[in-house]
Amino acid sequence: MNRGIWPLFLVILVAGAVAQVFLPWWSVAVVAFAAALWLGTHGGWAFLAGFEGVGFVWFALAAWLNVQNQGLLSHRVAQLLPLGGNGWALVVVTAILGGLVGGLAALAGCWVRQAVSPKPVAQPVS
Amino acid sequence: MIKWIKAVLALAISGALTWVLNTKQGDVPPFGKFLSPFEGFWQNGEATDAFPAQQNLTLPGLQAPVQVRFDDRRVPHVFAQNDHDLYFAQGYLTARDRLWQMDFVTHVAAGRLAEIVGPSRLETDRFFRRMGMVYGAQKSLDMVMANPVTHNVLQSYSDGINAYISSLSAKEYPFEYKLLNYAPERWEPLKCALLLKYMAFDLSGRSDDLRMSNALNKYGPAVVKDLFPDYPQREDPIVPVGTPLDFKPLPAPPTPPSFQAAMSEKVPAREPDPELGSNNFAVSGEKSASGFPILANDPHLQLNLPSIWYQIQLTAPGVNVYGVTIPGAPTVIIGFNQQVAWGVTNVAADVMDWYQIKFRDHTRREYWHDGRWKPIRRVVERIKVRGQPDRLDTVLYTHHGPIVYDRDEKPFLSETPIRHAMRWTAHDAANEVLAFYLLNRASNYQDYTAALANYGSPAQNFIFADNQKDITIWPNGKFPLKWRDQGKFILDGTDPAYDWQGWIPQVQNPHVKNPARGFVSSANQSSTGPDYPYYLNWTFGSYERGHRINERLARMTRATPDSLRVLQNDNLNLNAQLMLPRMLALLDSQPQNVAKRGARQQVRTEMHRWKYFYEANAIGPSIFELWYSNLVRRIWEDDFSKKGTGIELRWPGRDRTNTLILQEPDSKWIDDRRTPAKETLPDLVRLSFEFAADSLQRKFGEFGPKWRWANQKSTDILHLAQLPGFGRMDLDVGGGAGIVNATSERNGPSWRMVVALGPQVQAYGVYPGGQSGNPGSPFYDNMIETWRVGQLYPLVFLHNATEQNKRVQATWTLNK
Repeated sequence: MNRGIWPLFLVILVAGAVAQVFLPWWSVAVVAFAAALWLGTHGGWAFLAGFEGVGFVWFALAAWLNVQNQGLLSHRVAQLLPLGGNGWALVVVTAILGGLVGGLAALAGCWVRQAVSPKPVAQPVS
Repeated sequence: MIKWIKAVLALAISGALTWVLNTKQGDVPPFGKFLSPFEGFWQNGEATDAFPAQQNLTLPGLQAPVQVRFDDRRVPHVFAQNDHDLYFAQGYLTARDRLWQMDFVTHVAAGRLAEIVGPSRLETDRFFRRMGMVYGAQKSLDMVMANPVTHNVLQSYSDGINAYISSLSAKEYPFEYKLLNYAPERWEPLKCALLLKYMAFDLSGRSDDLRMSNALNKYGPAVVKDLFPDYPQREDPIVPVGTPLDFKPLPAPPTPPSFQAAMSEKVPAREPDPELGSNNFAVSGEKSASGFPILANDPHLQLNLPSIWYQIQLTAPGVNVYGVTIPGAPTVIIGFNQQVAWGVTNVAADVMDWYQIKFRDHTRREYWHDGRWKPIRRVVERIKVRGQPDRLDTVLYTHHGPIVYDRDEKPFLSETPIRHAMRWTAHDAANEVLAFYLLNRASNYQDYTAALANYGSPAQNFIFADNQKDITIWPNGKFPLKWRDQGKFILDGTDPAYDWQGWIPQVQNPHVKNPARGFVSSANQSSTGPDYPYYLNWTFGSYERGHRINERLARMTRATPDSLRVLQNDNLNLNAQLMLPRMLALLDSQPQNVAKRGARQQVRTEMHRWKYFYEANAIGPSIFELWYSNLVRRIWEDDFSKKGTGIELRWPGRDRTNTLILQEPDSKWIDDRRTPAKETLPDLVRLSFEFAADSLQRKFGEFGPKWRWANQKSTDILHLAQLPGFGRMDLDVGGGAGIVNATSERNGPSWRMVVALGPQVQAYGVYPGGQSGNPGSPFYDNMIETWRVGQLYPLVFLHNATEQNKRVQATWTLNK
């Protein structure tokens, strides 16, 4: 990962997680958008930071809850969806879905920033 | 410019994706919301060790602290200091485990399913509204709320449910709310009434009046009397024939001359309907090892998850009762206390009739009755439909009841006649809550009869035993006082002689106490023999289960709870015992036929060997069920199916069909009118045998262990909303319809209970599910295995809030 995306990744990860504890799930999209508006430099990196920032949190929490529950509920939901009853596949699907929401919101934030202030931003030396 | 386009595009895509994932699309849940581990379904996964052993909960609305102790099956044992707190806690705890289930069922009953699910359930909603479910529930509710005792029970219970609902945040909503994307609403006492009406619909909400009238029109009274007799040839009634009456009966209303004229020919005998049934039985102290009575009950209902029943112990001054409740209804429905035990099975009395209505004109504002035009009441039903504008539907009411369908349309249930008003006991007010309230507190026979006097609908066979060694059974409920065969067919809605004209006095309902034979029992068969002075119905549940139970109870001596448990699991099918020898004889009577060749010979040999037991591994039941049912179809299909005749007709019942096969091989009904050839009974027996063997061969391959009964039957316990993955499929169990162990494809013993009375009551029970309604809980289906193998759990009955019991590990305190 490019070092330049670390701040954005961490802000989305932490602020996003905190927001979701108190606000509806979609608040994470607002956080990712705002964070990239503030810190986004490059569209691809912003997407990646958003995708991984949200995806990681969703993966970690879903995985933890899944282990706590011994996979009981995920196994049922994975038959309903259908994922052949594979609960861990559902954890991955969850992470990817959260990642997409975070990534696209961050991408939008970054591109809006670039449209509003087209001047190149001082970038940390890599 | 390009940057702006990119920015707007990304923003739009990101926004649209987020919006879509937050919105329900048709049947698809809002995936973002649903999968989010912060608020979606992941939150519903119960950690296996998450249940606190000690907890203090503050519940505003309580009057005093309530102790709740949970046993290892997670059954709450509630110790309250007054009735208010007792039922408040019952409401709270039931909602905690079963909120979605109880709410969902009341939506169905109220005709409010489309509101949750969408337009696909609009017809269901219209049907339940047109059946007058809310109308009946409101009438019952008014009566319950007029009584201060039951007002307190219902209000406290509802308040308890609401205390739970208001404690929930969105991420704590039960799983199904998240999947269907809606939120729990406030619980009103009306919902409790709706729930009982839904049970009434389930147990007494269907009628064959239209099909019988069609049969009468098509074939005339002589054929109807022959094929649909008023009493079966083979029967073993609940109240034994010859039980002396302890009352002087009222005269029945006179049979209208017009009906007599329509039915003028000879005299009658009866028939069945399997599936939804139940067993209960009790042996007296003389028959038990302990010298005290033992009682058993297993109500057969559709097998669902979350379970139909919820176990609870309710203790407060004046009451200490254990048993099962229906989530959404207060008190214990089937259970026991230290002195008494009781159970119920359905009475198939005819409590729903249809009246042909003569409208004055096409405006349908008046109808002809008793020599004059009477006004029709119009009730507008507003049905909410998810994602669509509300629909309005006008339902017409006469003094009989609602005109379920007032114009030509395809009825939701094909047996519903159009332009007919319905008369149904579920529309009459009765205080069933009071009946159960008093039963929960009963300590002897007098208390039990006093409780029963309040009960209306759905009529049930209330079996009872107490530690003063009384055993008794009352087929009980509100029974209209009818002339013979009133309501067997569609009734004339213009003539008051056809109206219901009163009720059988409750004390004159059928009953028997401490009979000489030393036991009482019921399995939905005829309540009484023909010697009972009133007309209840011409058709009841089939006699086989009841007869088998009586046969075994008659032989039983020194019975223990285990003797009754074993009887609950009895797999002998009396229908097979009666019919198979005859069917094999007819098959063998044909000298040269395909049945004697090769693989078919194996099948025949197997059937000769089989002893009529429906064990999971047996092959006989797979063959017999297909063989017998196909034989019945071949006999009647040409004369009674809609395909063969173009109209809805009731088919002759099992008892009558069996008599035909056993004794009337030359009956005109045997020939298939649709073919030029003349079929004989041996022909039909051979063809149906071939059909059965072919079907099994196609499904499972060559004759062998794969043909076993459990495979062919495939008992499934489905989730209430039929979600794939949320039920338990293909259970390896024996039994079947018409068998004491009535575990069929979708129905079965929904609660098995055995209670041994005595100085210390001992009880055993199990149901196919678990206490929790949460599919993410290990307690969602943990009792299924015990149920499947026919075992029971000893039930934990605590005498006080501090009693030590090693199976009780958690204690919660609910504070005000």
